[in-house]
Amino acid sequence: MADLSIDFAGIRSPNPFWLASAPPSNSGAQIIKAFEAGWGGAVWKTIGAPVLNISNRYGGLSMYGQRLVGLNNMELISDRPIEVNLREIAEVKRLFPDRAVIVSAMVESDPRVWADIVRRIEDTGADGIELNYGCPHGMSERGMGSAVGQVPEYCEQITQWVTSVASIPVIVKLTPNITNITHPARAAVAGGANALSLINTINSVINVDLDTFELVPSVGGYGSHGGYAGPAVKPIALHMLSEVAKTQEVIRAGLPISGMGGIQTWRDAAEFLLLGASSLQVCTAVMHYGFRIIDDLTDGLSNWLDDKGFKSVRDVVGMSLPRVSAFGDFDLSYRAVARIDHDKCIQCNLCYVACNDTAHQCIDLYNPDGIRVEPGYDERLNGKGVVSTRPKPVVREDDCVGCALCYNVCPVENCIEMVSVPSGRDSVTWKQLSVNQPAVTQDWAEMEKYREKVGIDIH
Amino acid sequence: MTERFSPPNSDRFAEIYPPMTEQEAVVEANRCLYCYDAPCLQACPTHIDIPTFIRKIATGNLRGSAKTILEANFLGGTCARVCPVEELCEGACVLGKDHEPIQIGRLQRHAVDFVQLKGIEVFQAGPPNGMKVAVVGSGPAGISTAAELAKRGYAVTLFEKRDLAGGLSTYGIIVLREPVEVAQREVESLKHLGVDIRTGYELTSREGLDALLTEFDAVFLGLGLGAVPAMGMPNEEHALDGIELIEKSKFDLSSIHVGDRVAVIGAGNTAVDAATVARRLGRDVTMVYRRGESEMTAYRHEYEFALLEGIKYEFYTQPIGIEVENGRVTGLKCIKVALGEPDASGRPAPVLVAGSEFVIPCDSVVKAVGQEKPALATELGLAVHKGYIEVDDDLRTSLANVYAGGDCVRVRGNATTVMATQDGKIAARAIHGDLQAKLQAAISAAGV
Ligand SMILES: Cc1cc2nc3c(=O)[nH]c(=O)nc-3n(C[C@H](O)[C@H](O)[C@H](O)COP(=O)(O)OP(=O)(O)OC[C@H]3O[C@@H](n4cnc5c(N)ncnc54)[C@H](O)[C@@H]3O)c2cc1C
Ligand SMILES: Cc1cc2nc3c(=O)[nH]c(=O)nc-3n(C[C@H](O)[C@H](O)[C@H](O)COP(=O)(O)O)c2cc1C
Ligand code: SF4
Ligand code: SF4
Ligand code: SF4
Repeated sequence: MADLSIDFAGIRSPNPFWLASAPPSNSGAQIIKAFEAGWGGAVWKTIGAPVLNISNRYGGLSMYGQRLVGLNNMELISDRPIEVNLREIAEVKRLFPDRAVIVSAMVESDPRVWADIVRRIEDTGADGIELNYGCPHGMSERGMGSAVGQVPEYCEQITQWVTSVASIPVIVKLTPNITNITHPARAAVAGGANALSLINTINSVINVDLDTFELVPSVGGYGSHGGYAGPAVKPIALHMLSEVAKTQEVIRAGLPISGMGGIQTWRDAAEFLLLGASSLQVCTAVMHYGFRIIDDLTDGLSNWLDDKGFKSVRDVVGMSLPRVSAFGDFDLSYRAVARIDHDKCIQCNLCYVACNDTAHQCIDLYNPDGIRVEPGYDERLNGKGVVSTRPKPVVREDDCVGCALCYNVCPVENCIEMVSVPSGRDSVTWKQLSVNQPAVTQDWAEMEKYREKVGIDIH
Repeated sequence: MTERFSPPNSDRFAEIYPPMTEQEAVVEANRCLYCYDAPCLQACPTHIDIPTFIRKIATGNLRGSAKTILEANFLGGTCARVCPVEELCEGACVLGKDHEPIQIGRLQRHAVDFVQLKGIEVFQAGPPNGMKVAVVGSGPAGISTAAELAKRGYAVTLFEKRDLAGGLSTYGIIVLREPVEVAQREVESLKHLGVDIRTGYELTSREGLDALLTEFDAVFLGLGLGAVPAMGMPNEEHALDGIELIEKSKFDLSSIHVGDRVAVIGAGNTAVDAATVARRLGRDVTMVYRRGESEMTAYRHEYEFALLEGIKYEFYTQPIGIEVENGRVTGLKCIKVALGEPDASGRPAPVLVAGSEFVIPCDSVVKAVGQEKPALATELGLAVHKGYIEVDDDLRTSLANVYAGGDCVRVRGNATTVMATQDGKIAARAIHGDLQAKLQAAISAAGV
């Protein structure tokens, strides 16, 4: 059994799964329940200045009958008095000394106010502080949350105020609502942060009601942008995670990263680990299914580590980072083509239409007699027997550009494979071409000559 | 007759499949792959664009979905309920290859019911083209023909000998599959297209047909088939007609008088239906069939349905007479049958086993051994083929301007509602083409 425990900037927890700072970690009672279910830690729902929440607060994204693929919220930070929260934090930490209890905070941009809250948080015995620079709603208008997270200078300044007074680890939580997330990440490093976490929610308008014409969620008929989270944001979170994890300043400072944004299963979790996260936070999936999902998260992750022969979570962190490359470094001579396994093919012909309408027209239909045919049917034939006359898709490999569209639309697992085939050309990258044969990269006529010379035929 | 049965439990005579809920339909619709050049579409005899109508359900465009269905099949509501989908669309669904096919029939019903229950009419009559067509018989074939022609601007009059239009959809399909209201909604849509429906009119003679041919530019015959044929066995007059039994079950359960133990002769789909009616009334039901399980003409799923209903089977058994005492049925006399050499149909010929006579004790016998061929055909002077009206590929009969379709022409293949509906489309296309050609010829002749 792989060791799931982690040490994250000195914060220890029995497994890498923490509740993200959000409704699931709103109160002591909830966190106790979560810890009893097996969660390794919790980032307390952000505490700070007094707020009033609105209703409705949440808007859900349903796709293809699947509920809550994405969740949009206009919720503020904790609306429970700070004293109550602090008292419960101390109580939870006392009851669960082995779990990570991190307190998310957000107060007005004043060093004295920050120093005060840091002191009060430390008094609870909490393991760490997370700075919420993300809240896109309500708080930003008051100069907090994303108003800070989007300006690297403020980010650095406030981080510096906090780290200069804090004795427990300080995690800076980054907002994705920025063009280049490495800027605030660097600012956090410069401000002395002990760790980073990302992503907070993404600005979004999730729905417009087609009957009332109101935005969703609607507050008395009016709506606004809210923060987007849940499975649908995972690809964005993974991209930002890999960007930050590859940032030189972050690497040099040795900052661990707590990853989140769309983690719903242990598979998602494993991907975050591979791209450099060393602790994981979950919000929407817990809001959807409850604390009980921790069972499969830990069990699945542990089994996967075992299957792959790893002894601990630590061993896989960042393993895919060396594979994050740049376009200019790709081997332009690498060639893959689509190959269909006709034993598996169910003849939905989705690959055919995708390739023909929107790719490179290199899939043909062949009837059972091996004759190429156009789509269509004989009006006189019907009944389930028509299946026996159904044409099957065949790839013309010579013309296949390896775009992998068919592979992506095929509904049958492992039915289309993108196989690597020799291109017969020497490896070369765009960067090398730019240096060695700059004319080719600047002039179409030269490019055409080059293609002819090396044997690249474009259909 | 002992009136023992308790007042009919209406639940036992409700549609077998409940309607889908919105969420159920959307989830199921989203399971559809939206195949290209889809096999389900080809397998449907009316070639409904199934992937498209299902996608429209998935996106919440139910009105558009219903229109896609009804454009190809005006009886989409009936077909959704009665089609042997396992043999047709669903049988061809690519998802059936390794798991469950899409429930195409139930989705179709979901969309069509939506517009019909909301009273949305998706078609309007075409601009009048000045031509008139008579349609005789208001079953699926007649309705489909009438609708297609009305959409093209023809003035259509539909003649029906019975009180209600709809043919077997109204009178012959058990309510477990299709309630009468559903068939009547289709009749209503036909009225909306301006079709003049005249019930209580029976075409009986060549003179009648000639009269129609003088008044109308073309005549379509969708006569269907007749009653259950005679078997020629002693005391046969004591047997109940299976189709009549079904008809009673659709309109007035209390008019049904069957005893506690019912023997049903036949093993086709009609026999299964008649047996189901008796069974749902709480009777002990045995089906008697002269061949075996593998030779039955009922679909496999129908047979399995019957077994689940608790209907018993007596295979390789030929009924040879009804036993009657004091005017009451006491049993069905039978003889065992062995399988011999294959006959003309390629199936082993049944051979009676001498001395194997036995009696199945029962107090009612129901005959459900198919339907009589359209006898009227010869009366009308039409060429016939094996007792059915002879037609060409475009459903023209041997008489000029007379077309026919549906069960009355179905020499080959299964007599189903969806085939009759497709016939209506083919006939309407042929009528339209022929009449337009004549019109063009007349115009150019006048021009010369
Ligand atoms: C018991 C039973 C169960 C069936 N179950 C199914 C099923 O589950 N699924 C399925 O797809 N199919 C089923 N069928 C078959 C299906 O009902 C028929 O294939 C279909 O109704 C044929 O349509 P049609 O228009 O040709 O004839 P019909 O529906 O028979 O309609 C013919 C109409 O013409 C009228 N008519 C006849 N002669 C004259 C005349 N001289 N003048 C005026 N009117 C006349 C009749 O009164 C009738 O209304 C079943 C049939 C039976 C008997
Ligand atoms: C309803 C809701 C309220 C949230 N409140 C906070 C908050 O108070 N502080 C904070 O740092 N993040 C907050 N978040 C963001 C989450 O902590 C997390 O960053 C985000 O939801 C992405 O993770 P997920 O995809 O697992 O939900 C909130 C998220 C949601 C959905
Ligand atoms: S998409 Fe896949 S299953 Fe469908 S026809 Fe193409 S290869 Fe076959
Ligand atoms: S009409 Fe019948 S066969 Fe055609 S799609 Fe509908 S249910 Fe299937
Ligand atoms: S074959 Fe099945 S999956 Fe494909 S379009 Fe038809 S119903 Fe949908």
